[in-house]
Amino acid sequence: MFTFNRLISRFIAAALLFFMASLAGAEPLRIAVAANFTDTTRDLIALFEETTGHSVAASYGSTGKLFAQIENGAPFDVFQAADSARPEMLENSGSAVSGSRFTYARGKLALWSPETNVFSDPASWLASADFKRLAIANPKTAPYGLAAQQVLKNLSLWDALQPRLVRGDSIAQTFQFVATSNAQAGFVALSQVNAWQNSNGTLWVVPQQMYAPIDQQAVLLSHGKDKPVARQWLDFLRSPQALNLMKDDGYDIAD
Amino acid sequence: MMETYWEPVWLTLKLATMTTLILAVVGTPIAWWLARSQHWLRQPIAAVVALPLVLPPTVLGFYLLLLLGPKGVVGQLTEQLGLGLLPFTFEGLVVASVISSLPFTVQPLQNAFIGINNQLLEVAATLRASPMDRFITVVIPLARPGFLTAAVLTFAHTIGEFGVILMIGGNIPGETKVLSVAIYDHVEAIEYTQAHWLAGGMVVFSFVVLVALYSLNGRVHSGMMK
Repeated sequence: MFTFNRLISRFIAAALLFFMASLAGAEPLRIAVAANFTDTTRDLIALFEETTGHSVAASYGSTGKLFAQIENGAPFDVFQAADSARPEMLENSGSAVSGSRFTYARGKLALWSPETNVFSDPASWLASADFKRLAIANPKTAPYGLAAQQVLKNLSLWDALQPRLVRGDSIAQTFQFVATSNAQAGFVALSQVNAWQNSNGTLWVVPQQMYAPIDQQAVLLSHGKDKPVARQWLDFLRSPQALNLMKDDGYDIAD
Repeated sequence: MMETYWEPVWLTLKLATMTTLILAVVGTPIAWWLARSQHWLRQPIAAVVALPLVLPPTVLGFYLLLLLGPKGVVGQLTEQLGLGLLPFTFEGLVVASVISSLPFTVQPLQNAFIGINNQLLEVAATLRASPMDRFITVVIPLARPGFLTAAVLTFAHTIGEFGVILMIGGNIPGETKVLSVAIYDHVEAIEYTQAHWLAGGMVVFSFVVLVALYSLNGRVHSGMMK
């Protein structure tokens, strides 16, 4: 009984300490990040926290969902979209600091299947429609989905493939459809395939000229305009260290 | 334009109706057994039935995706039976809804069955009513409020189902794009007008259903509906 009581009082003391520490420390930087950039962001945060001592809390989701949340007052300091349209809209509506917007990475689209030798000529494989399900991200809300739509339209397969398309809510969910083999293949972000441990599947990195560049833009949100750490994070995204990390993960660097 | 509004509505009603009917058939014997049996498996099975109430839809969606997929046990079975794979199909949504709405059918029925006086059943038995006969002529009329509650809750819960369907549905128009997903889609695409039409309609519909349920159940309790 004695030790039990002591255990409880120690627990309470620890909880109090933790509570006070969290009061004393500045609230963390809150960033909203497009789902495709999840893995890279985790690495970037680790690097940033290590070098600056600031803590970063990231929320991941489709660009469309994060945009809607920000428009409706979500307390994010920085928005890293997977497109340029939505950060621009936030700038115009006053939810973001104008002039703070820049392209932090350029996304690469890939057709991927976790199984080996699914296709050798991707275009004719797509045209043959020798599969039940092809996963893409929702073109209305996810920029990678829009790019996938452009590729399929370029190949004149968009209409023909309609009955076989399954749409993920975000590029992360699209990847999940393919990774669980529920869809035979899917248009995902190259960075996701690179981050996937069982990476010996079939991969086609779609040539850049088949879709409009996926310029992933970051913007400082009004909520974070008085937070120095927010600007520090945006600068960090442009540092050589960060850019190298992004390159390794399968992103192009904007000119 | 109107067509795109009605398609998810129609699909959702179809899904909720089918789920309610299937669960009435599947859930009634389960509820009866749970209400009457003294078997040691009663508690574990009651817990399994209640699991969908406790688990987040993402858990159900994730495991359904794995189980029903080409590498899953159920997926391999359905493929061998020539049914194909269930994720991204309407049938897959029915299976998912039956699982996630199971407690909404079983629990009200179970409560209703527990409330039935055993003596009535014994009297019926002495009058040589077969077990089936006793169930149809004694149990079902007495448990009517329970059946009504179970049906309405199941129907309403299926209409409101979102997380599981988002995870295994694949958002296919006319096949798996139900009302909740359509609303979510409109909100994400910044189409607030369309979202309002569907979401507002949903609020009105749910209100009407609940008022109808309460007044019907009230009448049953006060003995007006015999």
